[in-house]
Formats: sequence, structure tokens, C-alpha cells
Amino acid sequence: MSNVLFKRTEALTSKEFSYCPGCTHGIIHRIVAEVLEELNILDRTIGVSPVGCAVMNYEYFNCDMQQASHGRAPAVATGIKRVLPNNIVFTYQGDGDLASIGTAEIVHAAHRSENITVIFVNNAIYGMTGGQMAPTTLVGQKTTTSPTGRDPRHSGYPIKISEMLATIPGATYIERVSVHNPQNVRKAKQAVKRAFEMQIQGKGFSMVEFVSTCPVNWGKTPQDALNWLVDNMIPYYPLGVYRQPEAGEKNE
Amino acid sequence: MAKVMMKGNEAMGLAAIKGGCRAFFGYPITPQNEIPEYLARVMPEYGGVFLQAESEVAAINMIYGASGAGVRSMTSSSSPGIALKQEGITYIAGAELPCVIINVMRGGPGLGGIQPSQADYKQVTRGGGNGDYYLLAFAPENLQETVNIVKEAFDLAEIYRNPVMIAVDGLIGQMMEPVDVDMEIPKREIPEKTWATTGTLGKRERNVVNSLYLDPQALENHSLKLKAKYDLMREKEQRYELVNVDHSEIVIVAYGTMARICRSAMEILNEKGINVGLLRPISIYPFPEKAFAELPSTVKGLLTCELSTGQMIDDVKIANNGKLPIGFFGRTGGMLPEPEEIVDAVIKMIGGMKNE
Ligand SMILES: Cc1ncc(C[n+]2csc(CCOP(=O)(O)OP(=O)(O)O)c2C)c(N)n1
Ligand code: SF4
Repeated sequence: MSNVLFKRTEALTSKEFSYCPGCTHGIIHRIVAEVLEELNILDRTIGVSPVGCAVMNYEYFNCDMQQASHGRAPAVATGIKRVLPNNIVFTYQGDGDLASIGTAEIVHAAHRSENITVIFVNNAIYGMTGGQMAPTTLVGQKTTTSPTGRDPRHSGYPIKISEMLATIPGATYIERVSVHNPQNVRKAKQAVKRAFEMQIQGKGFSMVEFVSTCPVNWGKTPQDALNWLVDNMIPYYPLGVYRQPEAGEKNE
Repeated sequence: MAKVMMKGNEAMGLAAIKGGCRAFFGYPITPQNEIPEYLARVMPEYGGVFLQAESEVAAINMIYGASGAGVRSMTSSSSPGIALKQEGITYIAGAELPCVIINVMRGGPGLGGIQPSQADYKQVTRGGGNGDYYLLAFAPENLQETVNIVKEAFDLAEIYRNPVMIAVDGLIGQMMEPVDVDMEIPKREIPEKTWATTGTLGKRERNVVNSLYLDPQALENHSLKLKAKYDLMREKEQRYELVNVDHSEIVIVAYGTMARICRSAMEILNEKGINVGLLRPISIYPFPEKAFAELPSTVKGLLTCELSTGQMIDDVKIANNGKLPIGFFGRTGGMLPEPEEIVDAVIKMIGGMKNE
């Protein structure tokens, strides 16, 4: 990832990230922060931190933050946005947080078309607790709680959150992105920007799903992890826009 | 304003608005449904937020968000729903956010029943969720007292930066009584919400609402800071009523609806020439230990009466500190005793004490 330009954005504090080497959480933070700065919304933004490796990102994003209980970030964000409709509210959640314990909260936030933006980081595993199987873990993928590889007869197939939420009428904007190379980093930033623009325009629920790495718990070097993501995750979790306002409505 | 007839649940909803509540998040459950139904109609007139959440878990976490954003927020539920809210309540206590929670208690455990009960006393007074924390908890007896406490609760929640629970039972929620929702409540100085996450607007340092302290020393310090608040509550917020204790050998200890039934029993006993007193806790956390110290030496025994199999009795034992014999009478599962049952329990206790 050496070719990604790392300039300090005002939207990040000077606190050093606690993420493992090669973990893409850091790049995703930077993208979100740069968008907050470029859209000039940082000083009216309130972010909601998850439970997961990103739990301490209230120390990283340079704006007001609330730390939510596991999976409930969309409910916390709902509470904030409903009482402060003119502020910008986003959640940042992992796949254990959003796709397992917090499925009710994310589905209903989308269903009510809460005017919030969700940054969803899908690394196909529980990072913080040491590499257990997540609902997003790929078939055959070995984790500490699927030691012989995920068997769909035992634990079902990996859940596709973007596809699922795209079926909900209240979901305004849903896109899945990746940050495995500079070109995709640029695309991802565009997606995050569009998502926040939806919110600024009052159009309702927006979410950007990042397929992301967890080299440590995948048992891979950072480079192998990126290769594995490209070879295994993206085919199962195709990148692209899953839902957006109808054409014509877009540029009002 | 004059008193008007109102249903308990609706009066609590109006009292919340009068107390400055501008955000309500809840989930349907009997016997408290009239609170959200009322607020769904009335809250918009006051420019406030009403939202029916997808679950009690979501509702209490919405409270966390709204309250963290500095708005007076309330949720209401009944026993099984309060059980689900415990996750959010401990986070709210840990993050030192104010909020008000109304618990219109029903019978348990499990799905239990929908009739009036006091079987959640321990859940209400012992924190309920994980960690070293307590709620400020009140258990009023009639509608006027309930309405006043609901209004005050919003001030107290902000003064202590702690959730306040009002635990009533289905009877208080459902009954009609004359009530004045505009009755004056004590004027208190309310600290500014300098901690609220409202966007920095470039004017202040950023605010963080958080209950995570990974460093054990930091968490111990935080817990000690919380404990100091609970100690202050114990000193300043004990509330109780003593009735006729100066002339009585036996004093009944009862709160809420049970206290009302006990009052009827006391009248019957009085007609029989038996004088019985009442010690009525109004705050159940802090438990009014001071009231026990005020009991005259002529009191020879305490009879704890509850709509449960005996939960408050443990607090009575702590407050009594081994001084007086303690009896117990309880009905549970939604069964309300006839006053005569309490009369019998008192007479039996007096008889038992004479035989000793
Ligand atoms: C109620 C509750 N259950 C479980 C946990 C333990 N826990 C902490 S982080 C986590 C999983 C996080 O995984 P994910 O959301 O995928 O984020 P990642 O760490 O991979 O970024 C769990 C289960 C918790 N803190 N709270
Ligand atoms: S455990 Fe995985 S997700 Fe967590 S910081 Fe390390 S690499 Fe990233």
C-alpha cells in the first residue's frame, strides 16, 4: 500500500492508530476523514464507534464521537440524528458488529431510512476477539471457531449485507468497495463522498461496505492478505453500487 | 392548575413533557402502552421526537444517542422489556448520561403475566446490567406523587448525570386519578451540558461519550467517581414517608400500590384498636435507611409487605441492622391482597411476638 498518498487530514487527531500492520482499517479511516474534511462538515459531524477493532476510533476521528455497545451503533446514531437533524451522523462498524449482533439495528435503520451514513468494514472475521467465525466468513475459511473451515451445513452461507439491505425500500444508497489498490481507494473515496452527500441532501440511509483485511487473524502477510481478498472475497462479495436514487433524481 | 382526571400512563407521559422531555423512544408492551401512545400524539405538538423502535434494546440505545446529544430523553417499558434494556442502561450509567426510564412493572419471571407486580425490585435497585453502578430509583404510591417525581427525574438525571428509573406497577399505570401536572417541583440548579456531542462548530474541543476504560487504573478511578455520586445520592436523595409510627408497636414497610393496600389495612386495624404504623420508601435506590433510624423505641417489630415473594426485605434487614424482628407478607404473580390479609398478617405477628 506504499503508493497511497498519506497526508495528514485535519479530520484525524494526532493519535496513532492501534491497528495491526497491513490492516485496511487505517486506510478506511483516512478515506472517511478526508471526505469529512473535503465536504466541510467535520465541525457538525458526530461519529459513532463500534465494538470491534475500531472501538477506539473515537480517539482518531477529530469530531464529536459516541462509543456504542456491540451492534447498536445504528440505534445510537438514530437517537442522535433524530434530535439533531441538521448535524451529520455516521457509524463505523465491523462485520461482527453489524452483520451478527447488530442485524436488527442495521436493518431497521435502513428500513426507516434514517438519514445517517454507515461505514461497514467486512473482514470476514472477528478481529478484536482473536479470529472467530463471523456471519461473513467464507465457506471453507478456517477460523478459531470453524477450525476445519466454515461448513455451510453447520453454519450457513456467508451473509451478503449490501445485497440484503438493497432490498429495503428505505435504503437510499448502498455501495460495496475495496481498498486493495490505489485505483480502488479512489473509487472507495468517491463512494464515501456520495454516501455523505446523500445525507447532506436529506435523502436517507446510506452505507458503504468495505471488503477489508485482517492479516493477523487470517494468518497471512499483509500482501498475501490483499491477494486473498482479491481472489476470494471480491468474487463472493462483488464490488459495485447496489442501490442509489433513481436516475434523474440524482442531480436535483 | 386544578386537578383533572387522568389515566396513570397518560399522566406520566404529560409529566415527562412538562419535565422538559423532548425525545421518547420505546417499544410496545402491556401495561405501559398508553405512555408511548400518548406521546406519539402529543410530543410533536411540543416539537419533540417520538419514535417507536424495533426493540427495547434499540430504544435504550437511541436514548444513549439522544441523551448524549444533550436532549432530555425518556423511554418506558415493563419488566421483560426492562430486562432487555439493561445493556443500554449500564452503558448510559458508564458514560454518565442522564435519562429517565419508566418501568410499569408486571409479573415475572419470563413472560410472566401482565398484572401489577413489584417483583423487579432487585433488578431496579441492584443496577441490573453489568458493572459497579446504580440507578436513582423511585417507587411512588399515587398519581400525583408519580407525576411530580417524573418531572423532577429529568432534573435529577442531569444533576447526577445518571439514569433515573421510576418503578410503578400496572395499577398506577392503568388507574384514573385526579392529578395536577403543573404542581410546582423543587427548583434546582442544573449544570450545563458541556459534555454533549452536538458538533464542535469549531468553537470547542471535541466531546466523546464513552464507557470504555481499557487501563484498569483509569477504570478504577472512573468507578470511584461513580461511587462518589451514589454516596451523594444516599446522603441527599433518600425519600420516605412515616405514618403513625409514634403510636405503634408494629410498623409496616411497604411501597407503591402495596403501601396503599396497607393503608386500608391500617384503618381496619385501627377500628379493632390496634395501632399500626407505615414506613413507606419513596426512593428505593437509595433505600431510605434514615427512616429506620427515626423509628421510636416503642416500635417492637417490622412487617415487610411486597407484591413479590420478598425482595425489598433484604434492604429492610440491612437498614434494621438486627434491631427488630422482621416479618414478611407478600402476594405475587399479579395477585393483589385484600386488606384483610394484611390485617391477619399483622395480628399473627403481634401474637407471635407475645409468645416469644
Ligand atoms: C455484548 C458483547 N458481546 C461480545 C463482545 C466481545 N467482542 C468484542 S469485539 C467483537 C467482535 C468484533 O468483530 P467485528 O465487528 O468483525 O470487528 P473487527 O474487530 O473485525 O474489526 C466481540 C464479539 C462485546 N464487547 N460485547
Ligand atoms: S486484528 Fe485484524 S481487524 Fe483488528 S487491527 Fe488487527 S488486522 Fe485489523
